[in-house]
Amino acid sequence: MDTAAPAQATHATPEIGHFMLENGMEVVVIPDHRAPVVTHMVWYRNGSADDPVGKSGIAHFLEHLMFKGTKKHPDGAFSRIVAELGGQDNAFTSYDYTAYFQRVAREHLPTVMAIEADRMKNLVLSDDKVTPERGVVLEERKMRTDSDPSAQLSETMAATLFLHHPYGLPIIGWQHEIEGLGREDALAYYDRFYTPENAILVVAGDVTAEAVHKLARDSYGRIAARGAAPVRARPQEPEPRAARRVTLADGKVEQPMVTRNYLVPPHSRGEGAETYALEVLCQIMGGGETGRLYQTLVMQEGSAVHAGAWYMSSARDMSQLAVQAVPAEEVSLDELEAGIDRVIATLSREEVSDVELQRAKTRLVADLIYAQDSQSSMARIYGSELAIGGTVADIREWPDRIEAVSAGEIRQAATKWLQLRRSVTGWLVPEAEVAA
Amino acid sequence: MNDIHRTAPASASARSNVRRVVSAKGIEAWLVEEYAVPVIAVEFAFTSGAADEPAAKSGVTSLLSELLTEGAGPYDSIAFHQRLDDLAIELSFSGRLDSFAGSLRTLSRNRDAAFEMLGLALNQAEIGAEAVERVRGQTLAGLKHELKDPGAVSAKTWFAASFGAHGYARPADGDLATVPGISRQDVLARRAELFRRDRLKIAVVGAIDEATLAARLDELFGAMPLVGEAPALAAPRFAGLGETKIVDIDVPQCTIRFGSPGFKRDDPDFIAAAVGNHILGGGSFTSRLWQEVRESRGLAYSVQSWLQPLRQFGLFMAYTATSNARAHEAVAIIKGEVARFAADGPSADELAKAKQYLMGSYALRFDTSSKIAGELLSIQLFGQPIDFPQRYPALVDALGLADIKRASARLLGNGDMLTVIAGRPDKA
Repeated sequence: MDTAAPAQATHATPEIGHFMLENGMEVVVIPDHRAPVVTHMVWYRNGSADDPVGKSGIAHFLEHLMFKGTKKHPDGAFSRIVAELGGQDNAFTSYDYTAYFQRVAREHLPTVMAIEADRMKNLVLSDDKVTPERGVVLEERKMRTDSDPSAQLSETMAATLFLHHPYGLPIIGWQHEIEGLGREDALAYYDRFYTPENAILVVAGDVTAEAVHKLARDSYGRIAARGAAPVRARPQEPEPRAARRVTLADGKVEQPMVTRNYLVPPHSRGEGAETYALEVLCQIMGGGETGRLYQTLVMQEGSAVHAGAWYMSSARDMSQLAVQAVPAEEVSLDELEAGIDRVIATLSREEVSDVELQRAKTRLVADLIYAQDSQSSMARIYGSELAIGGTVADIREWPDRIEAVSAGEIRQAATKWLQLRRSVTGWLVPEAEVAA
Repeated sequence: MNDIHRTAPASASARSNVRRVVSAKGIEAWLVEEYAVPVIAVEFAFTSGAADEPAAKSGVTSLLSELLTEGAGPYDSIAFHQRLDDLAIELSFSGRLDSFAGSLRTLSRNRDAAFEMLGLALNQAEIGAEAVERVRGQTLAGLKHELKDPGAVSAKTWFAASFGAHGYARPADGDLATVPGISRQDVLARRAELFRRDRLKIAVVGAIDEATLAARLDELFGAMPLVGEAPALAAPRFAGLGETKIVDIDVPQCTIRFGSPGFKRDDPDFIAAAVGNHILGGGSFTSRLWQEVRESRGLAYSVQSWLQPLRQFGLFMAYTATSNARAHEAVAIIKGEVARFAADGPSADELAKAKQYLMGSYALRFDTSSKIAGELLSIQLFGQPIDFPQRYPALVDALGLADIKRASARLLGNGDMLTVIAGRPDKA
């Protein structure tokens, strides 16, 4: 059975519509006619990294408050309207963007565009809505972070890795600052960022670009331009000098682990091929059961039960690549960390094999083909790329850039970026081990 | 505003294009043949799961699920995973309470290799001693990680308290007491019990035709024995209704689970109860629990209720997580809303809106190959007919207020539930 067919034929991405409205709002249309449904998203080019100093969590808090209503659609009417249409809606906040979405039958697209356009301009907030919602966010923080030692370690590691840049602050905010957020903070932030020049409309599904263009002119197009997009002024990270270490000890930890995060450039900040080399490198190090970390630490040495890596390649400013491992019984975190160091040292010293290189590229590029099976995934790929300052061409060219990475470039990337002085190493340990 | 209507929908949608494919050996699969995206998704399950394993070997079904991809046929563990990754084939298995499920996703250009790898995993997995120890270590690490996780602890405590000695009382992953004692022989014996070609449901979506699929079905499953219907097991007994159990964990927030006996999937009132539950606490921003617990009072980020139709026993379940200081307040509100709904049911307006949502949003479950295959598998596991996806909207539409009230009253009784709180709640 011949299964090693060439990969080129499958790189084709669907015909994308891409245009601007007169008020500066960017629009992307991703046709997918398999089912009579659409995914409608509006992305704003601001996220937690744009929170004003001392107001961490405001981007995320406002995302919650955006469901409270407008004069025309008061009292949480958005979600009720979408539900009555048989649709689903939600929103999410990240470091670099905030996005709102609805999934509905295609005939309801005009309705969701109308209500989303309404809340871009006309949000109404009262304290009787704001105060309970702040409680909701504090409960969300308790659920995600305050009850989970490994989440607390991640939060501390980010705060330690980023000496200056707000990527070091949690997206949801620090508890004591969330407690101080109020209606005026939310409205000031809303007024600054929720403008057509700062927004991107993405519609994926059973539509044409022409139809969306007309609907967008009739809804979002009626919102007056502000004259310029808001400026994202973020303090940038200095060149790191010192390796850092943190240990979180907690009585609830029954299974220790070690994680190391490196400060590395994302695609938007890289020079030449280096960030694409980092992406392939990360796959070769941490890609499932065939990655170097798993093969070395789990399969050969037996020092770990799990080992992997991730790279936040999509970001506006200097970003992170992380490696992590969970020790086998009787293996200390010291021994395990030494094993991780050996794997990384080898990647800096020797070129990876052609087989590994091709395997990693195949796996990465296939993910984009699989994504075409999901209109939500496609909408997210385009929305997030544009929201961090990338282009439609960046998405189109990404597979070729991955395919072009050489073994030499991977070794160079490992040598240049995976240096201890660029990193923080975090240990998660049971309480007793600290006393010892 | 009708520009986006087109006269002929491109694919009258996967829901109406489901075909029954039967192989030469009589193995049946439901197929949606679809070429728009070069992907094939396969979801299948054998109809026995962790609930059927011996108590002393709790976790053996789950261990087996992880071991099928650790070397098979000519490939050792490393080579097997390398071949999957070289071709971007996604293959995994999972041991659930009531079933043993497999999931395959491949680019259509690698179709033959993908089916070959699935066939090897099913029929020639090596299950070597070294792999058993490695997977055991991974399982134990996961179980340790969950020991003081309030979400996991609350769920395990709830099921253990409600089902006593029945298999539903035991977590599908096993526990720290049983997993160390499971031998390679136990895993092999479990495989021999599980893999029966007449206790198998299959759904396939993507770029493959009927004849090709039929031939593949025989290659994949044709060598497995036929055994006839599984013997009916004693129905589990439910304990603890009306009780509240508190598990102390040093966290600032209580994770709270509620539940009571509900309906199995074949209950004639199942869909009516599901519509009622949507209004009471279903996963939307409009339910009564959402309104009372989250919107009005800000007590929780997450609050919802659902029906869990296990094969031998149906459940009504609810969940929230709220500050230790206000845990008892949240419990009282949720119990009150459940009891009120049991007694009064919904309003006509609530029912009309719920029906609109449930009928309209059903299509959203059928928008990716893997989701379509997953839906078609679960419809089969629940014993529903092949045209169920087309019939569902009409089944919902036909329900009246009296149906929902009757079903909700039967479902919830007087509102008594077993409640488990994991955290450190303030005194009531």
